[in-house]
Amino acid sequence: MLSERNNNTAIHLSNIDFCWGSAKNDFRIRIKDFQLKKNESGILVGPSGAGKSTLLSILCGILSPQKGMTQILGENIENMSDSERDRFRANHMGIIFQQFNLVPYLSAIDNVLLPLHFSPTRRQASGKIQSKTNAEAKRLLDALGINSKTLGIQKAATLSIGQQQRVAAARAFIGSPELIIADEPTSSLDEKNQTEFLEQLFKQKDATGTSLLMVSHNKNISKRFDRLIELEKICDISVKKEKVE
Amino acid sequence: MIILRLAWQSIMNRKFTTILTILSIAVSATLLLGVEKVRISARTSFINTISGTDLVVGARTGGVQLLLYSVFHIGDATANVTWRTVEDIKKRDEVKWLIPIALGDSHQGYRVVGTSSEYFKKFRYRRNIPLQFVEGHKFSDLFDAVLGADVARTLNYKIGDEIVLAHGTGPISIGKDHGDTPFRVSGILASTGTPVDKAVHVSMEAIEAIHIGWETGAFSDQGNKKSAENLRKMDLNPKAVTALYVGLKTRMSTFSFQRWVNTYPQEPIIAILPGVVFGELWSIIGNVEKVLFIVSAMVVFTAILGMIISILASLNERRREMAILRAIGAKPIQVFTLFTAEATTIAFLGVVIGFFGLYSILFLIQPFVESLTGLYINITLPERNEIILMVTIVAASILAGIIPALRAYRTSLSDGLMIRG
Repeated sequence: MLSERNNNTAIHLSNIDFCWGSAKNDFRIRIKDFQLKKNESGILVGPSGAGKSTLLSILCGILSPQKGMTQILGENIENMSDSERDRFRANHMGIIFQQFNLVPYLSAIDNVLLPLHFSPTRRQASGKIQSKTNAEAKRLLDALGINSKTLGIQKAATLSIGQQQRVAAARAFIGSPELIIADEPTSSLDEKNQTEFLEQLFKQKDATGTSLLMVSHNKNISKRFDRLIELEKICDISVKKEKVE
Repeated sequence: MIILRLAWQSIMNRKFTTILTILSIAVSATLLLGVEKVRISARTSFINTISGTDLVVGARTGGVQLLLYSVFHIGDATANVTWRTVEDIKKRDEVKWLIPIALGDSHQGYRVVGTSSEYFKKFRYRRNIPLQFVEGHKFSDLFDAVLGADVARTLNYKIGDEIVLAHGTGPISIGKDHGDTPFRVSGILASTGTPVDKAVHVSMEAIEAIHIGWETGAFSDQGNKKSAENLRKMDLNPKAVTALYVGLKTRMSTFSFQRWVNTYPQEPIIAILPGVVFGELWSIIGNVEKVLFIVSAMVVFTAILGMIISILASLNERRREMAILRAIGAKPIQVFTLFTAEATTIAFLGVVIGFFGLYSILFLIQPFVESLTGLYINITLPERNEIILMVTIVAASILAGIIPALRAYRTSLSDGLMIRG
C-alpha cells in the first residue's frame, strides 16, 4: 500500500476502489492514480451521473473508499477517524456547491464567518479576535464584489443566486484553507455572472496560493485552469445490474 | 456555542410557526400548572374547612358521616349526644374549649346551626382565620340569628330583618314553620368559602325554645304558653347536641382523649380528627382531580407532539443546511445537537411563557374565583411539585426532540455533502 508522504501534492488518490452499499450490484468507481499539485488549479470534466459527486465526497472525507489511498495535503485521510476527518476538512478545505450554499437564516457575513467556528486553525489564520475576523470577512466579500455594508448584512436567502455563489466563495477562502473544492459553482449562473465569478475566484486563488479543484460539465471555462482533467480518463466506473450468484 | 446560536437563529427565522408551537406548549403548560394549582388549592381549602379544632365529637357513626353532617351540613345525624355527656366532656382536663352544634332546622333550604357564642370566638377556617362580621354582631337576644355570607347575599337580608325557621331540613316545609317564633338578623358574617357561608346561626337556647311543643315531631299547640315573652323567661338549658367541636389544651393529648371518648361507657359516641377524616374523604372524591390532571397531561403531550411534527416537517427542506454545515466541518453529532437545541429552546420558552401566563391569570381571577366559588387560590412562589412539572415538560420535549434530531443525524451522515433522493 502506498502511503509515503508527498509534500508537493494537494490531492493524491491511488488505487481507489469504492462502491455504494455493501452489495456488489451497485455503482462502483475505481481510480488508479490522480494527483493535483499544490497551487495548481484543475478542472474535472465529465458527463452528469458519471461519479463526480462521489469523487468529491471521497476527497472531502465524507465517503470512505473500501480500498486505496486518499492523501490530502500530505495526510492520509483514510487512516483518520470520522471526527478527525471532519476536523481536517474544517481546517484545510473550502467547499463551494452548485447552489444553495448558504445557511438561509444567517446574514452573508455570518455565513462567511461560519467555518471559523468549526476550525480554530482557520480562525487563527483570519485574525483570532472577532473584530479582525469580521474585517477579514468584509474584505473577502468586497473583494468578491459583494458590498459588505449593504448586501453583507442581509439574510442570505434574500441574495440572488449569483451573489450567493460569491458569498460561498468568500466563505471557502476565509482563514486561507490550502484546498478549495468547487462542485459546479457556476452552473446556475448566466454567462456574465459566470465570467465575473471565475475572475474573482481566480483573483483570490492567486492572492492566497491555494490549490483549486473544480468540477464542471462545461469545457468552455477550462482555459482559465492549469489542467483539464477528464473524468473518464482517471476513473473506471461500472454500474452492474445483474445479481451476484 | 455556535450550535446554540444557529439553533436560536433558525428558530427566529421560522418565527410564525415557532411562535405558534411555543404558544401551544405555553397554553398546555398553563393548563397543566393551573390544574395542579387548583387541585392543591381545592385540597387545602377542603382540608382546612375547619382548622384549630382538634376533634369533632358526635353520636357513634362513621367518621366520614360525622364530618359530613357536623362540618359540611350534608345529611343528618342518626342520634344526638345528651347534655350530660357534654358536661362530662367539658369536665375533662385536656379540654380547652367546646363548641356545641345543634342541627335539624333550616331556613329556605339553608341549614340552621344552633351553637354557642364560643363559635364566633374559636371557630377557625383555612389557615387559622377567625370568623368576621361584615355587619352586626353575634346573638344577644334569644331570637337573634347570624347569617353566613351566602345566605345573606342570596336571600338579600339585612340586619334587623325577620326570618322564620322551618322544622326539618327539606327545601319545602309547608306546615312545619316555626312561624310562631320569628328570628331577627343580628349579624352577617364575611365570606369564608366554607359551609359557614351557607348556615344560619342561632343560639342553643333558641333551638331549645323553638322546639317546645315539637317533642313528638309535629307541633302540638299548648295554648299561649309559647309566646316569645314566655320563652325568654323559661329555663332553656339545652338537652342535647348534634356534635361538638373540641379544642384541646395540648395536641399531645389528642389520641388519649379520643380513646377516652370512643370508650365512653354511658353513651355511644365517637371522636374524630377532622384532618384525618378530610384526608379519607378527599381520597374518595379526589379522583376527579386525577382525571383533570391526566387530561391536561394529555394536552401537554399533544403540544409536544405538535412541536415534533413541525420540526420533522422542516427537516426535509433543511437537508441542504445540514450538508452545508457538514461541508464546513460540523460533525454529525453537532447537527444532532442543533435540532435537540431547537426543541429544547421551544419547550423552554413555552414553559416559561406558560408559567408567567398562569400567574398573570391567577392574579387577575383570584378575587373573582374566591367570591364566586369560595375557592381560595393561594398565589405563592412555585412550589416543588410545580417546578417538577415544568422540568418534566422540558425534559419530555428534549426527549421527544431526539426523534427529529436522530433523523437529522442519520440524514446528514448518509447525505454527506450531496443530497440524494
